[in-house]
Amino acid sequence: MADLTTTFCGITSPNPFWLASAPPTDKEYNVRRAFEAGWGGAVWKTLGMEGPPIVNVNGPRYGAIWGADRRLLGLNNIELITDRPLEINLEEMTRIKRDFPEHALIASVMVPCEEQAWKDILPRIAETGCDGFELNFGCPHGMAERGMGSAVGQVPEYIEMVARWCKEATDLPVIVKLTPNITNILYPAEAALRGGADAVSLINTINSITSVNLDTMAPEPTIDGKGTHGGYCGPAVKPIALNMVAEIARHPETRGMPISGIGGITTWRDAAEFMALGAGNVQVCTAAMTYGFKIVQEMISGLSQWMDEQGHQSTADFIGSAVPNVTDWQYLNLNHVTKARIDQDACIKCGRCYAACEDTSHQAITMSPDRVFEVQDDECVACNLCVNVCPVENCITMETLTPGMVDARTGKVVEADYGNWTTHPNNPSAAAAE
Amino acid sequence: MSSSLRKDGVVPGRLDEAAVQANFTDLHPAYDPHEALVAADRCYFCHDAPCITACPTSIDIPLFIRQIATGTSEAAAKTIMDQNILGGMCARVCPTETLCEEACVREAAEGKPVEIGRLQRHATDTLMAQNVHPYARAEPTGKKVAIVGAGPAGLACAHRLAMHGHDVVIFEARAKGGGLNEFGIAAYKSTNDFAQRELDWLMQIGGIEIRYGQALGAGITLDGLRTDFDAVFLGMGLGGVNKLSLEGEDKDNVDDAVGFISELRQADDLTALPVGRRIVVVGGGMTAVDAAVQSKLLGAEEVTIVYRRDQAAMPASKYEQDLAQQKGVRMVFNAAPVGIEGNGSLTGVRFAFTAQQDGKLVTTDETFTIPADQLLTAIGQTLSDAPEGLQINRGKIAVDATGRTSLPDVWAGGDCASGGDDLTVTAVAEGRDAAESIHATLTT
Repeated sequence: MADLTTTFCGITSPNPFWLASAPPTDKEYNVRRAFEAGWGGAVWKTLGMEGPPIVNVNGPRYGAIWGADRRLLGLNNIELITDRPLEINLEEMTRIKRDFPEHALIASVMVPCEEQAWKDILPRIAETGCDGFELNFGCPHGMAERGMGSAVGQVPEYIEMVARWCKEATDLPVIVKLTPNITNILYPAEAALRGGADAVSLINTINSITSVNLDTMAPEPTIDGKGTHGGYCGPAVKPIALNMVAEIARHPETRGMPISGIGGITTWRDAAEFMALGAGNVQVCTAAMTYGFKIVQEMISGLSQWMDEQGHQSTADFIGSAVPNVTDWQYLNLNHVTKARIDQDACIKCGRCYAACEDTSHQAITMSPDRVFEVQDDECVACNLCVNVCPVENCITMETLTPGMVDARTGKVVEADYGNWTTHPNNPSAAAAE
Repeated sequence: MSSSLRKDGVVPGRLDEAAVQANFTDLHPAYDPHEALVAADRCYFCHDAPCITACPTSIDIPLFIRQIATGTSEAAAKTIMDQNILGGMCARVCPTETLCEEACVREAAEGKPVEIGRLQRHATDTLMAQNVHPYARAEPTGKKVAIVGAGPAGLACAHRLAMHGHDVVIFEARAKGGGLNEFGIAAYKSTNDFAQRELDWLMQIGGIEIRYGQALGAGITLDGLRTDFDAVFLGMGLGGVNKLSLEGEDKDNVDDAVGFISELRQADDLTALPVGRRIVVVGGGMTAVDAAVQSKLLGAEEVTIVYRRDQAAMPASKYEQDLAQQKGVRMVFNAAPVGIEGNGSLTGVRFAFTAQQDGKLVTTDETFTIPADQLLTAIGQTLSDAPEGLQINRGKIAVDATGRTSLPDVWAGGDCASGGDDLTVTAVAEGRDAAESIHATLTT
């Protein structure tokens, strides 16, 4: 069976599945049971300054959206960083690391943007024996209003500055956790790198309101009639996170910097996808909050099976394998021509493909009086919408036209050569470049 | 229509081949991959799930269903087989309606449980179709264990022992292994020779030899096995059947249902199997239902199950009762047989209604006769061949929680041993647990 042992910026853990800094890693009781359940590492719930404990709301902290069968698709929270005394957290972390030396234990930290604050607290936390630090520059609610969390993460200069302080204060790896609530994820990633950070982790949660109660006219979650934006996470955010991970993994300035992938990871496949796009490991929260710590067993067995099937000996064999295939639109092959194909034996005659194409696309599907649906190649632009709305898997597929065939829509012979927008005759820049 | 459909007596060929084939197709056909995903999606991944507790082999059901949901049915099969090496057969024959699916929270909430049995079949079929055997033997221990009976208990015990590196010899009385998986159970629950295919698959572990045609008192003795082997596991099932103890029981066409089912399971051509036109089945368990439904499917015109207690007390599950009624079997309750009628050949069975008197079931004076040309008795099986020297508890070999008998080097499990229901899945659990106990004993 494949060896899942993974080393991420010098920190080795039995598998690439870490629990993200969040309520599941709030205390020794949880983390102990998480490690016993099979999690490879845990990023402790964010530690703050010593002093009066953090105060949380006493109403709902979470809001959610569900599928029809109450499948939790997205979760939103307005909980703050740890509300337990620093000293107790440190004692508990020390015991955890002592009892689970093979597991990764990372301290998430958030203190005010003052050099001494960071330089005081990091060495103190390091005494727990933890394997590294994660700087929480991502939390979008509550702490941001006090100049911490995403308030730092949204200003690249601050990221660079704090990362530098932290690297001066400790020899342990420093991971910068990035907020997605920015215009371009590359700016904070580059700043972390300039500051000397060993890695980045992303994404933190996304600003969100999950729903509005139309009886009380208040956003959810509602506390005494009012609501506020919270951090959105869970399966719904995965596509957003995948893109941000990929952007950092393929950007010339940040390429090669270790990335801990976070964002809606629920199954082994989600994890493998993040890792294929360059994440060295993954962090999970919502799946554990929805299904319990045991969910990691499926991630472990699934990733092992897939790696065995693929012949991968270790996670390093496939980390980043999909990165070379992420490109800019302008480099996509414009000579690659496909057409939708409907398998009439599989078709259940629901007509959704027809409605989608006729009403919202290119009128490339015809419908006969006895409900036979057929693609008209001379209209089909291969948009794939019919495939996506068809309820029967593999009923509609896209067929690639081989070079030499004629595209009935354009009347042109399909070319064998790769050709993209940069060299396309319609591109004024391409013409100018010649 | 076949010419012998309405012929009196016990005759073959009541239905033609096509009709019989259609009648004996899979009761729960396999899912296609899409159906499996949709069914798996209904599982809530309950914490400390009630279905696991309800499973005699404690399969981690939420985990295997999630593994199906994430496209790793092979991993799902491994999760199942870690606990139950005959998970493929159990997926087909388990009365899930009284086990895991009865415990499913969606059964309580909606009356529609997650279809655990069919999902289990999907997973195990996926792995077995690849002819993959995901277990390897440990280093040989040099220890030898004898197992009597190649039924579910014996096979589960043998596989676990072989995995631990012991050498196993199974002594099987019949010419084929599988026990009730092969010779009992309705044919529509185990199609396409599944019992033998599963046996062959299980044997891939290595280190197991099966010697056919050998039984206690017929070629081997318990003393002999105890001398030649380091430990012995008895899993020979129940060899005897209870009698009605009525005059005329020796008439032709008064048969025990176990024998009838066995003959049916082994028949190459079901249209050649003789079956009555009017059949009475006495009993209230799974064997009674299996015999009644199958005789109906073979073309019997009237099939009646008569059970001495009321419907609620019937050991066969509600699901099995519904199945019988759906196939056209009539069920009569609170009546016990008091006479077998017919000069020469069987013409009917006389019953008396029963009543509770001082907590006991008694027959009343009110009687009736059901015309029949075949009577199948399914009133329980007995341990007929228990070797000397073993403590017996209520007609079965007495065992402790680990399956150990009153002899320190002899274990027993399955239907022949005390404890647990007489189910395939229970036999598997007992065989597996006895193997762990034997292993612990032999390696300390």
